[in-house]
Amino acid sequence: MREEHLEALSLLHDPVRRSLYEAVAGSGGDVGRAEAAEATGVSRTLAGHHLDRLVEAGLLESGFRQPERRGPGSGRPAKVYRRASGERSVSLPPRDYAVLASVLAGVVDALGAEEKAEEVARAAGARLARGHRGEPVEAVLAERGYEPYADHAGDAGVGAGGRLRLRNCPFHALSQEHPLLVCSMNLALCQGLLEGLGDRPERAELDPRPGECCVSLALPPGSALPPDSKTNED
Amino acid sequence: MHLAQLNIAHLRAPVDAPELAAFVELLEPINDLADAAPGFVWRLKESEEDPTATVVHDYGDHLLVNFSLWESIDALWTFAYRSAHLGVLRRRREWFLRMAEPYMVMWWVPEGHIPTLAEAMRRLEHLRAHGPSPEAFTFQEPYESSEAANLPAAAEARK
Repeated sequence: MREEHLEALSLLHDPVRRSLYEAVAGSGGDVGRAEAAEATGVSRTLAGHHLDRLVEAGLLESGFRQPERRGPGSGRPAKVYRRASGERSVSLPPRDYAVLASVLAGVVDALGAEEKAEEVARAAGARLARGHRGEPVEAVLAERGYEPYADHAGDAGVGAGGRLRLRNCPFHALSQEHPLLVCSMNLALCQGLLEGLGDRPERAELDPRPGECCVSLALPPGSALPPDSKTNED
Repeated sequence: MHLAQLNIAHLRAPVDAPELAAFVELLEPINDLADAAPGFVWRLKESEEDPTATVVHDYGDHLLVNFSLWESIDALWTFAYRSAHLGVLRRRREWFLRMAEPYMVMWWVPEGHIPTLAEAMRRLEHLRAHGPSPEAFTFQEPYESSEAANLPAAAEARK
């Protein structure tokens, strides 16, 4: 077991630190001390103290945001926080599915069995939908760690009504190693999930962009999903 | 140092055949996307006027080559797998034959040096014969530019 991971995760036992972590992670970008303090209802000083502890533990990363105005009187650059890119996981007893998944991805590659892999992924997506039929897909995706959020921006791409984007890729490490295979399988999985929920599979499309999941979903026109729905509730 | 990359593909039909029409149509938008991608440095073009002209070479008919320079491995990776290029890659079986051997190779070159296609093909051969090394590597087993800096080939090119 990895001591360091366990220690980092145990920091989140503290409710203040936990809500600060969630406020930063859920924002999808840089969050300042003041913002984080406001979101969690603690003082700036206390927020700063806990945020720095989360940085030390490697759960968050910090940087500096330049003030809008330059020159004398514009103030110091503000310290900002974002979710760290590294993964933390602890399993008891020890388990290592990642190595096997990577080997299996290599096997699919070697066999040229991508189409079969997508078929199987689609069926797996439909199975994940079991017991959730009729539920909105964003709820199921949130539960699976995709961190969905609505994007109504003008450049949202394909179709009107905006996109449901997925901030987190649950298969991140594997998708770095075998991007083509893993992203194709993930798309098939999302389509199978939609199908299983009784929704339209074609809502999910490949829509790769840096730093997010490679799939996005068409939002139904007039969709009421809040622009930044919280996704980390348990 | 800049990152050089070569990838080759065996076309299922001559590039002007109807089977390849959809692919040829994608050449201009995807090449434009590459040219505008952060970290893009250079790519081998057959023609400045005709965006659908594929590179003419002596390495066999039906062999498509894609040869470019980038500022970093990350920049190339992000373009290849985190842009609309990924969707084109997914359709590769419609247009290209499956290759059992590695078809993509990367290596480091001094900034300002543009390697020849012949060198690029030699790097691919090297990768196929010896596996990944600082002279010829892949995304799965990448090497940093610092690991390549002391290689004789790089020193030669710097002179």
